[in-house]
Amino acid sequence: MERIPILKMGNFLLVTVQVDMHDRLAMTLQDDLTGRIVKDRAHGVLIDISSLEIVDSFIGRMIGNIASMARVLDAETVVVGMRPAVAITLVELGLSLPGVRTALNVDKGVEMLKESIEDKARGNGHLAG
Amino acid sequence: MEKRMKLPDTVRTQHDLILKDWVEFQLTATTLRRDLMKESELREQSREFLSLVGQALQNGSDIGDPAWKPVKDFLGQIARSRVAQGFTPSETAMFVFSLKRPFFDVIRGTTKDVKELDAEMWAATVLLDTLGLHIMELHQQNREEVIRRQQEELLELSTPVVQLFDNILALPLIGTLDSARTQIVMENLLQRIVETGAMIAIIDITGVPTVDTLVAQHLLKTVAAARLMGADCIISGIRPQIAQTIVHLGVDLSEVTTKATLADAFTIALTRTGAGITKSGAARSKE
Repeated sequence: MERIPILKMGNFLLVTVQVDMHDRLAMTLQDDLTGRIVKDRAHGVLIDISSLEIVDSFIGRMIGNIASMARVLDAETVVVGMRPAVAITLVELGLSLPGVRTALNVDKGVEMLKESIEDKARGNGHLAG
Repeated sequence: MEKRMKLPDTVRTQHDLILKDWVEFQLTATTLRRDLMKESELREQSREFLSLVGQALQNGSDIGDPAWKPVKDFLGQIARSRVAQGFTPSETAMFVFSLKRPFFDVIRGTTKDVKELDAEMWAATVLLDTLGLHIMELHQQNREEVIRRQQEELLELSTPVVQLFDNILALPLIGTLDSARTQIVMENLLQRIVETGAMIAIIDITGVPTVDTLVAQHLLKTVAAARLMGADCIISGIRPQIAQTIVHLGVDLSEVTTKATLADAFTIALTRTGAGITKSGAARSKE
């Protein structure tokens, strides 16, 4: 069965959506990703959707859901590389993904994740001290 | 069976007489615009039109017939040039309608029988009315064409996206925001975000005359779309009245950073991207 690969990069997980998502694929990704976050104890997740050209309301909601689930499991999630057409479609569908962090490309996403994880670590250290 | 009309022959044989009368009549008419058009040009147009009509008439007086195509094309040409020269619709139409009197004069001169005269007059009137209406329509079409082209140009002109600094884009909006414009603005902005890798976009609404719920919704859509692409938006240039309207209408702008002036927005954008402005020593000492 077709699966979306999940790569481990240091503390982060990188999910690159290289094919057009259909509903089943999105559901599988949801299962796989939550499983991997727990197994690898990842602190950050990057979801790269730069190859995604077509979205519908279901896929839009799934992207939001997956990001929220990852956050519940204490992994910062950044959705990166959304295409202009996809962004416009999502907004027109009324899915502006509130609470999901976004970045223009993987580079900026990684930077963003590193910063927020550092912040968190500092915060925790402060509380412990 | 329609009786064979004399009009085609009359127009052909009396061509020179009609032309002379017609041009004289046009030159003395109140609708003549000497400021817009030279007399020689008018003479040339009249001569060509009359000879085309004379030829077309040989194939009957139904202007839907292919034989009338040259006449219609020529009228199209005239309508186009007169629109460009700034003629009014009635001035353009008079070009055709002024042909009535010379026509009637020659018909009266060549026809004696009253019944026949009546039929000939009627045929001439119908023909010239149809042609007159046709040129009016063409005139109108040309005008509409001009308006449509200007609208398109306006759309393109009025939505520039400018880069203020590394990572900072500005989008100065001028004029009312409707759905069609919002779509173009959004597309331009998102495209530029991809091209420049900008992290902050400043939407300046100093030039937007009124903000109602619809415009506000369009603005928020643009902000949401830019955010999905990983760029933060700042809305600037909010005038006091607009701030009042926004609150009265109950539009929620709390999700978006808003600033009163573009300068403030730029300053905060610089701070967020880790850059800053400092004054030089000379400027500081002046204060």
